[in-house]
Amino acid sequence: MEPGTHDLRVLIGRQRLCDVLFEGLGAFMLLMSLFILAALFINLAIEGLARLQPDFFLDFPSRRAGQAGILSAWVGSVLVMLVTAAAALPVGVAAGIWLEEYAPKNWLTDVVEINVTNLAGVPSIIYGLLALGLLVHQFRLGESILTAGLTLGMMILPVVIVSTREAIRAVPQTIREAAYGLGASRWRVTRDHVLPYSVAGILTGVIIGLSRAIGETAPIITIGALTFIAFLPPAPVSAVPPFINFEWLSSPFTVLPIQMFNWISRPDPAFQSNAAAAGLVLVILTLFMNAMAIWLRYRARKRIKW
Amino acid sequence: MVRHFHIDNPTMKNDSSTAGVHIPSARAIESVGAGGFRSDLLRSTSKSSAIKAEVRGLDFHYGGFRALKDVSMQVQANEVTALIGPSGCGKSTFLRCFNRMHDLYPGSRYDGEIRLYPDDVNLLAPDIDPVETRIRIGMVFQKPNPFPKSIFENVAYGLRITGEKRRQVIHEKVEKALRDAALWDEVKDRLHQPATSLSGGQQQRLCIARTLATEPEIVLFDEPTSALDPIATASIEELIIELKERVTILIVTHNMQQAGRVSRYTAFMYLGELVEFGETSRIFTRPAKRETENYITGRFG
Ligand SMILES: Nc1ncnc2c1ncn2[C@@H]1O[C@H](COP(=O)(O)OP(=O)(O)OP(=O)(O)O)[C@@H](O)[C@H]1O
Ligand SMILES: [Mg+2]
Repeated sequence: MEPGTHDLRVLIGRQRLCDVLFEGLGAFMLLMSLFILAALFINLAIEGLARLQPDFFLDFPSRRAGQAGILSAWVGSVLVMLVTAAAALPVGVAAGIWLEEYAPKNWLTDVVEINVTNLAGVPSIIYGLLALGLLVHQFRLGESILTAGLTLGMMILPVVIVSTREAIRAVPQTIREAAYGLGASRWRVTRDHVLPYSVAGILTGVIIGLSRAIGETAPIITIGALTFIAFLPPAPVSAVPPFINFEWLSSPFTVLPIQMFNWISRPDPAFQSNAAAAGLVLVILTLFMNAMAIWLRYRARKRIKW
Repeated sequence: MVRHFHIDNPTMKNDSSTAGVHIPSARAIESVGAGGFRSDLLRSTSKSSAIKAEVRGLDFHYGGFRALKDVSMQVQANEVTALIGPSGCGKSTFLRCFNRMHDLYPGSRYDGEIRLYPDDVNLLAPDIDPVETRIRIGMVFQKPNPFPKSIFENVAYGLRITGEKRRQVIHEKVEKALRDAALWDEVKDRLHQPATSLSGGQQQRLCIARTLATEPEIVLFDEPTSALDPIATASIEELIIELKERVTILIVTHNMQQAGRVSRYTAFMYLGELVEFGETSRIFTRPAKRETENYITGRFG
């Protein structure tokens, strides 16, 4: 045996030990966080599962815990999410495309980029304050579904922009050059190639943004959402012409997390199980949205190969 | 230092009506042994020939870096012109000037002219729309880069951007392009399958078909076979030789044998300069410059 081989073995052995230690630590941390998540979920389920009857989704809130439901809350959440998506999707995607495909690379666009990334870290209540001043008082949009949707839309805009840019950047430059090489204009390259190939990534970003927005409470309270609503906004679609109306946009509303908040703050323990049930609905909704995002990404990866 | 390279006939330089100018009969062509020049490529010297493009004093800058230095040469219509030279000498840069590919990236600057005949327009002039140039001058890239769409849509795409809407015409032209690219028989039953399901060699022929569909006047090939096996390479080379009947071809290659097999003219570039330009047979047997000789004999560096 040559001198030195032994030292080498010791060194390799030590590194292998580090490997094993780190692997163990990582696995432990992962299990811990999964365990905490599971514990939270199980806790909610134990307390709230019994309340998850059809009536719970079809009843308005009530002073009697047993008869209270989340009808106005989930309808409000759905409508607010509609407005949020409708506001954030076009603006965010357009901004992402512009930054990635069109913007000249200079200090001005650098500043814009840095700010977009920073905006993602701004506390959500700041968006609420901004919306209160701008949308409620300045533009007089009231404490409405429109205001809430626009507020949350602003809040998730950075997520949409960043994920749009990432999805676009994943389109190989060789594909762009192939299209340009055939005589496609910038707009054609974007429309025919860049957007279709990155649509799954963009939607993933939008869904993740929405799943964050659906649980937001602070900015919605800031703009003055009500905590007790026993009526539904006017229906967006109807059987008589013109079939679609937008009155619901200016309607007062409540959303799931606010309904939860309202129930939690009541002394009667029966309301606590209502809150747990509403929380369960919220968690399941969020998990469902995230699953959809994962599925979209998976399908795109299978469908589009370079 | 200004170097101008002309093919035997310096008088055509400023002649705007160059179409149909005859090249004086070429010198006797040495027979070449193992390298295997296609003698039939060089035999038809009495055939009337014209200049398709003329590069005059072309300089190109990537930001502050001067990648092409005063390049001047002529490209013969319906011939294959090969660009050879060590890695980084500017072959791709030169090729990509022809279809203004550099316009996509900030900080690039062209000086000089590339005149396209018979129109006699300067491709690099600011008032020339690069989009139009790219329709007239197609490009095939080093790595096959089909769109992640169907085989049919890949070939049809060029037609769609040129505004062709008639389905019948699109079908006919797609079939013709695929036949020209010697791919039709292999894909005619699977036109609507994804292009990425093809093999590498088939993908490259698909990219050639995609480029041919809009009937460009010049096709630029940037090392089209470097990612392919010898059999796929041979089929692409055969294709290039057939294509020159209809289009003018510029091809970058690292493979001397390939340059010998497919091209009639060869340009040797080194450090952004055009060192030597002439008939392939002459460049490979009697190079005039020391650098050229070192490069083609493999004694480079
Ligand atoms: N985008 C760029 N920005 C700056 N310099 C570049 C860029 N692309 C190429 N260059 C430089 O320009 C010179 C020529 O590059 P080019 O790609 O044309 O070489 P090439 O002859 O095609 O080489 P290869 O045979 O390796 O493909 C090289 O020195 C390279 O470093
Ligand atoms: Mg190159």
